[in-house]
Amino acid sequence: MLTKRIIPCLDIKDGRTVKGVNFIDLRDAGNPIELAKMYAENGADELVFLDISATLEGRKTMLDMVLKVAKQVNIPFTVGGGITSIEDVDALLKCGADKISINSSAIKRPDLINELSSKFGSQCIVVAIDAKLINGRWIVHLAGGSIPTELDLFDWSKEAEKRGAGEILFTSMNNDGTKNGFANHALNKLSKELNIPIIASGGAGTIQHFVDAFTLGKSDAALAASVFHFGEITIKDVKNKLKNKNIPVRL
Amino acid sequence: MKLVIINYGAGNIKSIQFAFKRLGMNAILSNKPEEILKADKVIFPGVGQAKSAIKMLQGSGLDIIIPQLTQPVLGICLGMQLLCNDTEEGNTNGLGVFNVSVKRFSNQVKVPQIGWNSITNLKSKLFNGISENEYMYLVHSYYAENCKEAIATTNYNQIYSSALQKNNFYGVQFHPEKSSYAGEQLLKNFLEL
Repeated sequence: MLTKRIIPCLDIKDGRTVKGVNFIDLRDAGNPIELAKMYAENGADELVFLDISATLEGRKTMLDMVLKVAKQVNIPFTVGGGITSIEDVDALLKCGADKISINSSAIKRPDLINELSSKFGSQCIVVAIDAKLINGRWIVHLAGGSIPTELDLFDWSKEAEKRGAGEILFTSMNNDGTKNGFANHALNKLSKELNIPIIASGGAGTIQHFVDAFTLGKSDAALAASVFHFGEITIKDVKNKLKNKNIPVRL
Repeated sequence: MKLVIINYGAGNIKSIQFAFKRLGMNAILSNKPEEILKADKVIFPGVGQAKSAIKMLQGSGLDIIIPQLTQPVLGICLGMQLLCNDTEEGNTNGLGVFNVSVKRFSNQVKVPQIGWNSITNLKSKLFNGISENEYMYLVHSYYAENCKEAIATTNYNQIYSSALQKNNFYGVQFHPEKSSYAGEQLLKNFLEL
């Protein structure tokens, strides 16, 4: 049976992990390769690296990091952040990334999804969407959630699927950082309306939240950052609980 | 031992090369028939679209060479599917090594299948030290039907062949290079065939 995936997400700036990574048993918690290996050892099903570098130098460092991860880590990983062209994707895949994720660039130019999926295959194109519930409507936001668009989460997700997205990574801005759980109602609706896998993101605070993302939210995968990075929850504990609830996981 | 990964322009072959490197084996990337024929073991990878992959093989004459190889050959993902009779993806004829057709998953399930699924009915030395129901990482929209040549099966909407064998030809639908330690064990077993 296909299992539900647990995915730690690492923010990378100039080739280093940022945002409160706090592992006492790592020599260098800022080193994304060490962190990635640790997560792979501890049962992560996949990894996501999000490049938040603002400079060209930083982006070049990212390619070097991707190559090092591919050499040393034996599970799949996705790279996102600042990808706007076929050339960007080609370079990342050549360095060994398994999938790439696009967000703002797809909203600005939706044809990018078609171009990438026909060139590289849907299986490696993740469309990431940041959305916020405003007056009963899930409004898609640009640029890391800072700029609202006219787009509705469900319409845009369906369009992305039609254009060749292989997966949707939905981050609820209402839930992100709250540690109050995932946006299960919206996730459930997405999962019903689309026929590609949905990755839940934003709001993980307890082990039960992961259970809910799969039972109530009907998600295919759940992504989290700080709860894992701070060691508040281990992936093993999440998976043991899921297994107890008869949710299929890889243990 | 000389290990060659066929490099015909399809997909992420670096990961396969790196996985062998972690096992201490240097794999050579090549699209030259003479180099492939001389290899002790051959990996036939592939990610992407079947029709364009077959065209790339035809362009270098590899569509003729590959079915004639006599050393152990391991097709991975699309590589395995291309070794089958035919595939619904672009209504493409395969290389005809495995006597089975490749179909698209029905929309009763999410397509592509992405993630870790278990392999069962393991029937080959390729799976030495790998237990029944072990999880492997899969990413695919098309599958080889269950058949006599299956050496592993997986369940996604229906039971299908997740690994095939005929004589010196082996094929796996999953990505051993991305399947943690179980995948590494399989690659090690292939080197020891």
